[in-house]
Amino acid sequence: MTDIKSNVRAYISENFLMGLKDSVINDDTSFLDIGIIDSTGVIELITYLEESYGITVEDVEMTPENLDSLSAIESYISRKTMARAAAV
Amino acid sequence: MTNMRCSVSETLLDLDCEATVQAISAQLKETIVRFRRRGAVVAVSGGVDSAVCLALAAHAIGPERVLALLLPERESSPDSERLAREVIAVLGVPYERHDITAALEGLGCYRARDEAICHLIPEYTTGWRNNLVITGGLSGQFNHFHLVAAGPDGRRVQCRLGLREYLQIVAATNFKQRTRKAMEYYHADRLNYVVIGTPNRLEYDQGFFVKNGDGAADIKPIAQLYKTQVYALARYMQLPDEIVASTPTSDTYSLPQEQESFYFALPYQHLDVALWHVENGRAPGELADVLGIDEEAAVRIYADIAAKRRTTRYLHEPPVLLAAGG
Repeated sequence: MTDIKSNVRAYISENFLMGLKDSVINDDTSFLDIGIIDSTGVIELITYLEESYGITVEDVEMTPENLDSLSAIESYISRKTMARAAAV
Repeated sequence: MTNMRCSVSETLLDLDCEATVQAISAQLKETIVRFRRRGAVVAVSGGVDSAVCLALAAHAIGPERVLALLLPERESSPDSERLAREVIAVLGVPYERHDITAALEGLGCYRARDEAICHLIPEYTTGWRNNLVITGGLSGQFNHFHLVAAGPDGRRVQCRLGLREYLQIVAATNFKQRTRKAMEYYHADRLNYVVIGTPNRLEYDQGFFVKNGDGAADIKPIAQLYKTQVYALARYMQLPDEIVASTPTSDTYSLPQEQESFYFALPYQHLDVALWHVENGRAPGELADVLGIDEEAAVRIYADIAAKRRTTRYLHEPPVLLAAGG
């Protein structure tokens, strides 16, 4: 599951920061607090997560608790993929 | 959210209307003279903001030095033009009317927007209407937009907008505000007038405008006034009752839409009070008391105001001049 964090970190670094400031994204860094993601960026991030991990992010799941840091995203994606596997 | 203690909000946002009109009028006149212009252009939408701006301009420099513009397009509400004509008539301001539909068709506004909508709703076609609805912020979610479309048979479809469709719909729709602004500046240049911008404090603070569209102007006379205060000025200046009693609408999308559902997510009276509390450093608990809501809801309102400021900061930025090399 460490791949999730490194993949998302690389995605954000490449697409939102164009290679700048990537060192500030620690696992628990709040994207909102450091101002690298706004509401358009969240939609962009969700699109990436849905396409990369084959999940559907429901409206009620679009919360900072699920999406505001690398750790939160990893935990969220893990729960979603486990739920999907259990449903198969 | 219906049990706000109105007396408290009225006290907070109380306005000396006579002094305000005199102060704004004096500054308007002084600025127009300083810019070496001879009058002012105001695009009149039929809403209270542009009506008050038109009245202030007419009061400041005389109605004969003001040009009102009616700039409808094929999706504008007929009520908007009727109300705009009413306020223009009351104030005795000269006006011109330009239907901008052909310009928008030429620019591809409707086609580009409908193409994006059809990605999500394939059955969307002629006769359907649409709008966008903001959601999430007051529920602790990230703000995001839903597309709402209604067919001629009354069928209604709502879905969350993905990034590409959202950006394309907004970009295409922004042609409306930018085309209107181009017409305003055409007349301002032709007459050697200034262009008056009509945002109120809520719209300005929360970024509810299109950069280089309705956000562009030479003077913004009511950008320091809360919406509640704009209505107070409208009453004081005896503008038509229907405008004074109106609910703010965007009149940008083809489905009828109040600003509250489109962008602000709260009635303007509540958001005015919330913004006042934020600007005056008051704790969310104090807002909760005034609005009669729990503190958690007030905290979410504070967060939503901050999120919209963050997201729209770029709209306020002037062009950046870069330092020379070295």
